[in-house]
Amino acid sequence: MAQTSITDEPLEKLMDINLNDLLRRYRSHPFKDYPIETPHTGMVSFKVKEGQVVKGPGGEWLHRPGTLLYIIEREGNTKRVTALWNGKVSGIRLDLEGRFVEAGELLLFIRHQLDKEEIIDRILTQVLYILPAPQRARYFLAPEISIKMEKRPEGSVSVESGDEVLIMSLMKRDTVISYKGVPGALYKVYFKSGAAVEQGSPLLGICPPDKLQYVQKVIQRIRTEWEK
Amino acid sequence: MRTDQVYMADSVKLLNQLADRISYLIDIKGNSEWANVGGLLGRIQGLHHSLFEIKEADLFEEIDRIEDRVSFLEDRVAEKLSPAEIVNIVRNPQRFTLMDILENVYDSYTELGGEGDCNIDPAIVVARATISRRVKNKLYSHQVMVIGHEKGRGEEYRNGGCARPWGNDKALRYMRVAETEGIPIHFYIFTPGAYPIEDYPGAAQQIARNLYVMAKLRVPMVSFISEGGSGGAEAIGVSGLRLMGSRAYYSVISPEGAAAIEGKIREGERVPRELVEHCAAQLKITAEDSLKLGTVDRIIEEPPLGARRDDYAFFRRLRYEMLRATDEIVLKTKNFRAFRAYALKRRIEEGKEVPEDFELLIGWDLTDLEIERLLEFRFKKYMELGKGYFLENRTFLTKGIRKTKNFASKTYYDLRYGLLRPHRRNVQKVIEEVSSEGSVFLRKVTEPVRAAYDFVFPQPERPSKVVRSEGPERRSIFAEEWESYVSPLANEDCTVTCPNASKYGCLDLWVPDLYGEFCGVCPNCGHHFPLEYQWYLENLFDKNSVHEFNDHIASCNPLCFQGYNARLKKDIKRTDRNSSMITFDARVCGIRLVVAMLFSNFRGGTVGVAEGEKFVRACDVAGTTRRPLLAYIHSTGGIRIHEGTLGVVQMPKCTLAVREYNDNGGLYIVVYDNNSYAGPVASFLGCSLYQFGMRSSRIGFAGPRVIRETTGRDVPPDYHSAKNALRRGHIQGIWDRREFKKNLHDALMTLGGPNLYYR
Repeated sequence: MAQTSITDEPLEKLMDINLNDLLRRYRSHPFKDYPIETPHTGMVSFKVKEGQVVKGPGGEWLHRPGTLLYIIEREGNTKRVTALWNGKVSGIRLDLEGRFVEAGELLLFIRHQLDKEEIIDRILTQVLYILPAPQRARYFLAPEISIKMEKRPEGSVSVESGDEVLIMSLMKRDTVISYKGVPGALYKVYFKSGAAVEQGSPLLGICPPDKLQYVQKVIQRIRTEWEK
Repeated sequence: MRTDQVYMADSVKLLNQLADRISYLIDIKGNSEWANVGGLLGRIQGLHHSLFEIKEADLFEEIDRIEDRVSFLEDRVAEKLSPAEIVNIVRNPQRFTLMDILENVYDSYTELGGEGDCNIDPAIVVARATISRRVKNKLYSHQVMVIGHEKGRGEEYRNGGCARPWGNDKALRYMRVAETEGIPIHFYIFTPGAYPIEDYPGAAQQIARNLYVMAKLRVPMVSFISEGGSGGAEAIGVSGLRLMGSRAYYSVISPEGAAAIEGKIREGERVPRELVEHCAAQLKITAEDSLKLGTVDRIIEEPPLGARRDDYAFFRRLRYEMLRATDEIVLKTKNFRAFRAYALKRRIEEGKEVPEDFELLIGWDLTDLEIERLLEFRFKKYMELGKGYFLENRTFLTKGIRKTKNFASKTYYDLRYGLLRPHRRNVQKVIEEVSSEGSVFLRKVTEPVRAAYDFVFPQPERPSKVVRSEGPERRSIFAEEWESYVSPLANEDCTVTCPNASKYGCLDLWVPDLYGEFCGVCPNCGHHFPLEYQWYLENLFDKNSVHEFNDHIASCNPLCFQGYNARLKKDIKRTDRNSSMITFDARVCGIRLVVAMLFSNFRGGTVGVAEGEKFVRACDVAGTTRRPLLAYIHSTGGIRIHEGTLGVVQMPKCTLAVREYNDNGGLYIVVYDNNSYAGPVASFLGCSLYQFGMRSSRIGFAGPRVIRETTGRDVPPDYHSAKNALRRGHIQGIWDRREFKKNLHDALMTLGGPNLYYR
């Protein structure tokens, strides 16, 4: 098996993050605004109003399209644009109704309210040391880590620089990936064992030992206290 | 003297029986309001509660009064049963099931392929059974294979008698066992329809396989229909004689399904009861209607309100009729006319008593010659189905000319291929054998002489021998298509978006480009936009090679379905065609073939009697002229519901025709385009050994909505895609429209071999 390692990142950035600040920020604004822009030029006709609740794609395979947002017509081709996220319509540019617009023109925002899990995910991505996928391949946890993870509770498996953490399987060739970074607890595994992961997608989230308890506490608080 | 316990037991029993009878009436009528039957049930429940408080005499008097009333109401209901009420009778849990038949009609049985819920598919029950008859006070028994649907008595695992694909596969396996053992098969059909899933072996494909095998199964087969739900019923329904209970129904679609289509009811909405009743009446689903239409051969009389689990007189009658029907099929194959006439004379008429014993013992073993006759009779019987229920727009003179022409061409091709070709082949074979041996010897002797001759008189190089086909033309396809035919869709000056644009980033396509140069195919992702069937007529086949035949056969309204005439007229006017099937001779890169094409513009490409007849005749033409047969399915929505069971019987009819053609050595290829669903796929298309799908086509048994409503399970959006059909092994390949001609030519050459047909 070939061996490779992942480059280190500056520690200071990670240590500087104040969890309370993060939490406060999400409490005051638990939304994510998704801008809806025109894919190309054309005449726009809105099908939603300001403040209207819209739904994203539904069904088991997300095969049912979301709420119709607007229709854009170019060269006799009427294109129906539907919502890709749940949320409320905001900042709708009704002045563009029935007018010719350029490509990339901002039409509205979908204000998506973040739920508990989304907020936890976002906080974790900012707080944890994320190990990204070096290339598109199938990944497996190293056997030692995998056995430890099965036996011990979340966040209690620690990793240090130089530990073999992952096996990358590409074109029938297995490469062991050694961890190189801040020592800490393996807090989150972002991939399913054996599944193909795109390059740059997160694989593991490692939490520094001094922040571990704090992170767990914050997450616990979010899980119990967050209203929605 | 009656003791208290006896009195209690008797009265409770009587009250329970009465309650059952009243519940049965409520189920038949569909509501408890009718004639206040609900009130009667209330009175019985009241008597149950106050059993000890009422005097014995008063109680029995009250029971008698209620019984009189119930009997009166039963007579009233039985006087005029509507088709919807017959459907309710058939679906009632009190109705007899296959297990009751196995226990009461047959002497003994052994279930095969599973038992109860421990089964490949509990909805299909297969059993080796013994059925006996008394002849001159002596008992004789016969071995039979019993195959049927078991609805069960409320057991969920029976799935209401809806056979899964592997259940039908099990049935097929044991049909082959019966064939090996040479014992007759008794089929019992108790299904509202097949379970519409595509998992291997696939609902449609398995039904098609069953039909294909049953077409030439070398044993006598009799079927009895209690609930004949379309394709599911046909999967085990091909037989020499089709019997039907007098309170049974046989239908192309459930009345609810028909009502949802007719009333354009949206998914999840309730179908109005009146509409269901109306559709049940329009579909002509009762035994009398089926007999009139010729889709069943005989009715077996049931009690006026339908046979129930404890109707032993009915089981006796059924046993007699099954024996007689098997006798009849066997005797038809025998040569002794007088004996046959005597034995076939049925001694009972409807309503009369079943005789205690038989006059003759008839053995069910058949000789090879008799088996051939059996298959011949089966073929003829199915070819006659639906005859007279389509229009032939032709004068007496043209009919005569046509007949003469057919006879002449048949004689010519019989002479050419039936007599001369085998003779030529044999002579060729002998020459080849002799020359290959002799040439070795001769070559040694003549080689020096020939070499010297060639040196002195060099010969010009001979052109290679002319092959049968010229191969695909090398000229610009674009220029040729543009000159000959341009899709009218290309006339619009606008752009369209590819449905895969979000996935593959396809750019908008300018319509004249898309439907002209690109042949309706997205140049980025290869998505095939639907094209009209004329495009294929013009572009797939060699120029001026398409010669349509049997275009005079027209669809009509055999069931007098309300509102269907107007729709039919509209479609005839719109498409300028008489049915949804076009049959023609054509050439592909020089290869002559016969084509049957189903197209979507006429009633959604559905198959009715006219289409079935045209297909059968196309098989006949292909067989006579010894040409390959191509079924190109532009689109088909299944069997036409407006033609009821006459449409359903086109499934076995066309499959038998295909089987006959294939067995005579023909090459039958099916190509699916756009959407192909239901009956045709589950019969004469799905049975083909070589099936191909065009890209972006959808192939399946039932659409997503029907699957959701039947199974309660949603299916992924690509469930019916050609790719998944290929993955499941339903088709053999996916073709690109731009290379259709080349692919078809290659397939004809590789699958057909050097002779293209007739092994």
